[in-house]
Amino acid sequence: MARSFLQVAAAEEVAPPLRVVQIEGLVMLKIIKHCKEFSPALVTGQLLGLDVGSVLEVTNCFPFPIQEEDEEIEADGANYQLEMMRCLREVNVDNNTVGWYQSTMLGCFQTAELIETFLNYQENIRRCVCIIYDPSRSNQGALAFKALKLSDSFMDLYRSNNFTGEKLREKNLSWVDIFEEIPVKVSNSALISAFMTELEPDTPVTQRDYDRLQLSSSPFLERNMEFLIECMDDLSVEQQKFQFYYRSLTRQQAQQQSWLQKRRDENKARKAAGEEPLPEEDPSNPIFKPIPEPPRLESFLIANRIANYCNQINGCRHCCHYNYYYCCYLLPLLLLLLVVLATIRCYCSFCHCFCCWLLLILLLPLSIVGGGGGGGGDGEDDDDDDDDYYYYYYYYYCSY
Amino acid sequence: MAASDRTVLQFGPSSAVTSNITAKVHPLVIFNISDCYVRRPDQAERVIGTLLGSVLPDGTVDIRNSYVVPHNEFSDQVALDIEYHHTMLKSHLKVNPQEVIVGWFSTGLGVTGGSALIHEFYCREVPNPVHLTVDTGFRNGEGTVKAYVSVNLSLGDRQLAAQFQEIPLDLRMIEAERVGFDILKSTSVDKLPSDLEGMEVLMERLLTLINDIYKYVDDTVEGHAVPDNSVGRILSETVASLPKLSPPAFDKLVNDSLQDQLLLLYLSSITRTQLSLAEKLNTAAQMP
Repeated sequence: MARSFLQVAAAEEVAPPLRVVQIEGLVMLKIIKHCKEFSPALVTGQLLGLDVGSVLEVTNCFPFPIQEEDEEIEADGANYQLEMMRCLREVNVDNNTVGWYQSTMLGCFQTAELIETFLNYQENIRRCVCIIYDPSRSNQGALAFKALKLSDSFMDLYRSNNFTGEKLREKNLSWVDIFEEIPVKVSNSALISAFMTELEPDTPVTQRDYDRLQLSSSPFLERNMEFLIECMDDLSVEQQKFQFYYRSLTRQQAQQQSWLQKRRDENKARKAAGEEPLPEEDPSNPIFKPIPEPPRLESFLIANRIANYCNQINGCRHCCHYNYYYCCYLLPLLLLLLVVLATIRCYCSFCHCFCCWLLLILLLPLSIVGGGGGGGGDGEDDDDDDDDYYYYYYYYYCSY
Repeated sequence: MAASDRTVLQFGPSSAVTSNITAKVHPLVIFNISDCYVRRPDQAERVIGTLLGSVLPDGTVDIRNSYVVPHNEFSDQVALDIEYHHTMLKSHLKVNPQEVIVGWFSTGLGVTGGSALIHEFYCREVPNPVHLTVDTGFRNGEGTVKAYVSVNLSLGDRQLAAQFQEIPLDLRMIEAERVGFDILKSTSVDKLPSDLEGMEVLMERLLTLINDIYKYVDDTVEGHAVPDNSVGRILSETVASLPKLSPPAFDKLVNDSLQDQLLLLYLSSITRTQLSLAEKLNTAAQMP
């Protein structure tokens, strides 16, 4: 049906929901470089790009200088931003802010400041996204890029300052609903991909990221556990606050009831004596003062952080376990090589020992697999019952 | 023997100096230049800009960042937006004061006359600027990236010209970039690889490498391939560098770490349960 121009213009634009964030390889490299240079300090920067339908394209970015906590320098920071945007505009870079990026240390980025920044940005830009990059996790081997945005329901609730228990229950909002993670897609221009393929070094052997195969993940795990424990402490503090609140609320209600009872008795007595009954409410009495509910935002954020740490520990466990498995299989291969080499060079008695060792090492992965398969009866003498028990647990949690 | 009266065109004693200079380029710079080239204004044939970085103590020039500078080129003259150049430099220095000007870049193969003028300008900013050319036109059938320094040609006492001498260039990446290298190669990647996928790919590659070595050793033993002693020595050194653990010790090592990790896993699962419980307590608790 044909609509008049006026009708079309009057119809409200419904923005399609944001489905994917498309980052250019250039932006990724810039973010990686900036975050890595200043790690462990946390840095931020601005993202520039285009908002196209359900895809948010990020085409360029620039870093923010580390600011001291001085009032005068804030104006400086705004100047810097304006200057950079103006200069980039001159060379045909998209001048449109679409969000900001920040680096984090092992994933503790869910703070109240993040939410504040989001709300600030949301006032000016319709769609903005925050990219979180974790340089410490990237050292472990995974490219830790995450695109986040606040969910709409959370934003409405927060803005209207209605962040109380009943409202949350009404909207069925829990701590998982605060942040929404958006899938990230990487795109490169054809020229760049041609260059990169061209410039790939001749020895692909040395240019791979074998750091990922490092067996020692314990520093990473240790730090994760440290942060997790701290967060659990914070969570228990918050929960104590809630407990205290509920207890005082109950106490206050009991006090109110007893006061009301007393008033009623008094009124009955007064009625009997023929005097005016006193009002049943007394707003000036301190026991009627409503106790403020403790803010729930902090506990939600802590819950988010804890979930993040748990995920990281789980992910790390996966990688480590594969490391061990493959290590066990690779060893015999390498030893076979040694045997072959030894036969090339010369026949020495050394070879005998190696053959025995070879057989023993070959038995080792069999023992692990056998034990893991449910305490299966291969009859290994090395394994005691404890190991089987733990392997059972492993398989149980594997399916978890 | 009478001294020769001929003046000899000297290629300058600095050839000894320049042979020590090498340049290292981070892939970010190439990305930046390509991106700027794609976004250049229609009438410009090439883009030029400044290179930022530092000079390492052993004389290598480490090129880490770059930005493009708008310019206009006519037949003989070149106009460079110097103010823009200084503004961008100031902004970049605010973020990272260690990155200073180390040279300039231009797209296109070879060095033109205009480049000499621009190089002179940069010589005034920094003592020995490096000139990087990135051939975006792929004229040789491949994308050539070359670096030059200028050497003064003098005839006797007179300065004749400046010659651009090529210096060796090295493309290097830091680890995090290597992790994402495959992502950077293709034109579009639908999702970032997760931990496990990356691990899988890496394992496969490692296994392929080991299979290659295995085949090579096999062939050498059977006499198909020419035995190379140095390769054999390297192989045996590699294998010998594995820590010599007795089987029970290795077994214990693996099991201990496994158990530690299972414990951590158990703890994190408990924590997650605790979280869902806490959430119930926080929001579902109702006061009558």
